[in-house]
Amino acid sequence: MFAPRRLLGRSEPWVFAAIVALAVLIQARSGQFFTGNNLVDLARALVVPALFSVGCMMVIVSGGIDVSFTAIASLAMYVTDKILLAQGYDGNVLLAYAMSAGLGLLMGALNGVLIAFLRLPTLIVTLGTASLYTGLMFGTFAASASDVPPAIAAHGKQILFTAANPDSGLTSTMPVHALILVGVLVLAFLLLRYTMLGRGIYAIGGDEAAAERAGFNVRAIKMVLYCFVGVLAGVTGIVRISMIAYADPSTMLGMELTVIAAVVLGGVRVTGGVGTLTGTILGVALMTILANSLILMGIPTYWSRAFTGAVIIIGTGVTARQTGLKRLARTLAGPAKEAQA
Amino acid sequence: MTAAADASAGRVVRRSRDENLVRLLGMLIFVFVLMTILRPDQFATLADFNSMMRQFPEYGIMAIGMSLTMITGGIDLGVVGTANLSAIVAAKFLIGVVPPGAPPEQVVPYLVAAVAFALATGLACGAFAGVLISRFKIPAILATLGTQQLFTGIAIGVTSGRPQSRLPLLYSKIGNAEFLNFFPLSFVLFVVIALATGFLLSRTRFGAYLYMIGTNAKAASYAGLNNNSIILRTYMISGLLSSVAGLIMMARANSAKAEYGAPYTLQCVLIAVLGGIDPNGGSGKVAGVTLAILILQFLSSGLNMFNSVSNFYRDVIWGGVLILVLVFNYFLSRRSERRAVRKAS
Repeated sequence: MFAPRRLLGRSEPWVFAAIVALAVLIQARSGQFFTGNNLVDLARALVVPALFSVGCMMVIVSGGIDVSFTAIASLAMYVTDKILLAQGYDGNVLLAYAMSAGLGLLMGALNGVLIAFLRLPTLIVTLGTASLYTGLMFGTFAASASDVPPAIAAHGKQILFTAANPDSGLTSTMPVHALILVGVLVLAFLLLRYTMLGRGIYAIGGDEAAAERAGFNVRAIKMVLYCFVGVLAGVTGIVRISMIAYADPSTMLGMELTVIAAVVLGGVRVTGGVGTLTGTILGVALMTILANSLILMGIPTYWSRAFTGAVIIIGTGVTARQTGLKRLARTLAGPAKEAQA
Repeated sequence: MTAAADASAGRVVRRSRDENLVRLLGMLIFVFVLMTILRPDQFATLADFNSMMRQFPEYGIMAIGMSLTMITGGIDLGVVGTANLSAIVAAKFLIGVVPPGAPPEQVVPYLVAAVAFALATGLACGAFAGVLISRFKIPAILATLGTQQLFTGIAIGVTSGRPQSRLPLLYSKIGNAEFLNFFPLSFVLFVVIALATGFLLSRTRFGAYLYMIGTNAKAASYAGLNNNSIILRTYMISGLLSSVAGLIMMARANSAKAEYGAPYTLQCVLIAVLGGIDPNGGSGKVAGVTLAILILQFLSSGLNMFNSVSNFYRDVIWGGVLILVLVFNYFLSRRSERRAVRKAS
């Protein structure tokens, strides 16, 4: 089921090397990279995109693509926020997570039905639902930046530890949300590695028809997958608003492209079937460091979008090329090798 | 499935495409009549037609370009980025070289050059996407998702995100000129482009190649087609059409900006799918796309006449219509497949 290690291990070392090289470069230019507070800041900036990237990676591994997860996260957190505010809710933050996850589940399920049962193209479906959800948020709910209930605000202030920069005296705090990320990563790892569902996701991405004949219930797997992505998006929405302490409906919109770029950069094959969580997280780390270092290195923010585009193109280009080369190598090696791979 | 069933399924698809045109025409008439009843004093007046003719060519031309790429089984999500970047190249050039207050006869050569630069930019953008897709084998969705970011990003970068205004007056004067005092230049351009694309698809060898590649790229390549070159040229046409759309937007707004027309990307996908272009490639007609453009424009103009309807509802409607059309087409194609299988057995 899993491709041999040498195939999988191809992107991660490069991404890791790129991260190290970049870190050294920024350290040399600004002297601010290897400081406690910068590293904690980076980790802080990493949490939300990394949470998104887990679902995004699973979808791409299954051979699809999802651009609606930020819209789902935004609408789920906004509705949750408004309901809790209207009720004057003052209890545990877990209810906020549960509500937002539930709403995310519903929205993910719509994607799932359209993609799994009607077999519609994933990009077009998710473009459509993303437009629907953002439209509902800004149209029906007339969304604008709003306060968060005390439970969410308090949750945002829970920290694991504080790191200080001895030179500048600046301090950064590691939010408790990092634990949620760790939990999600462990869950996703177990799911992908040890369950038939996880194997099925890889199998459909490799060859849907073959997976179906091998006995995988392709519809059920896709349905569960898109529901999972919805739940994860709902949770991520609450993580985001509690970290920034206000519910800004547009704070996550547009992030989907950076996340997709990061996932693809991390070696997840865009045509499906291949990808690791390690690679995904390395990809997100690289994108986060790049985005932050634009500021550290004094590159004007106007160019950050061109930069995202270039990274998407280069990242996908490299992986597409690798895929092509591998396929070529397999063809040359003959059918026996192909069967093994 | 047997060969006989395949052949008859092919016939069914062909017939259902024609059914699709009839259905679209029905939808068009329905929306038209509905809006006329709801807003008789505003909708479908001469002034309203004139304003509609000013609105749809810009996204309509992009939708035609996107449709071509979808027929080959790809997609061009970079149309809006290409349009804006082309317009910004033209605008920067005009602002840079035309001395303020120059007499019209002195400005004309600059205008011609600016238009040429914009079109060249569009071709280059399209060629870039085409190379990524055909040579580097990047899936079209991701390649053009990337080019859309890149082109928009470059446009933001070179303008610092500011609109490029203070264009020579002559540009918008020509751009907003009307033939017979009624048909705006942009509308005339749209008609010419729609007819030319229709001719290209149905009457030329190149058009037939697009359908062949979209139906089965591998078979097309074994049949001796140079897929890479055909795909490259398709994206170049899409880029060229996008730059024309960019020039139209620049004339209408009398300025160029990196973030004009952001919702047009989804709208173009919607138009193509609504118009009967199969997102998996291989089928679709310009006539269907044109009808879809008109349906959307009637709907959009009609909605504009209700003050209570927020602009954001348009996102809901576009997204909702897109999904409903997909679902509808799904059930329709299942029905005709079943019919074909029954006939064959």
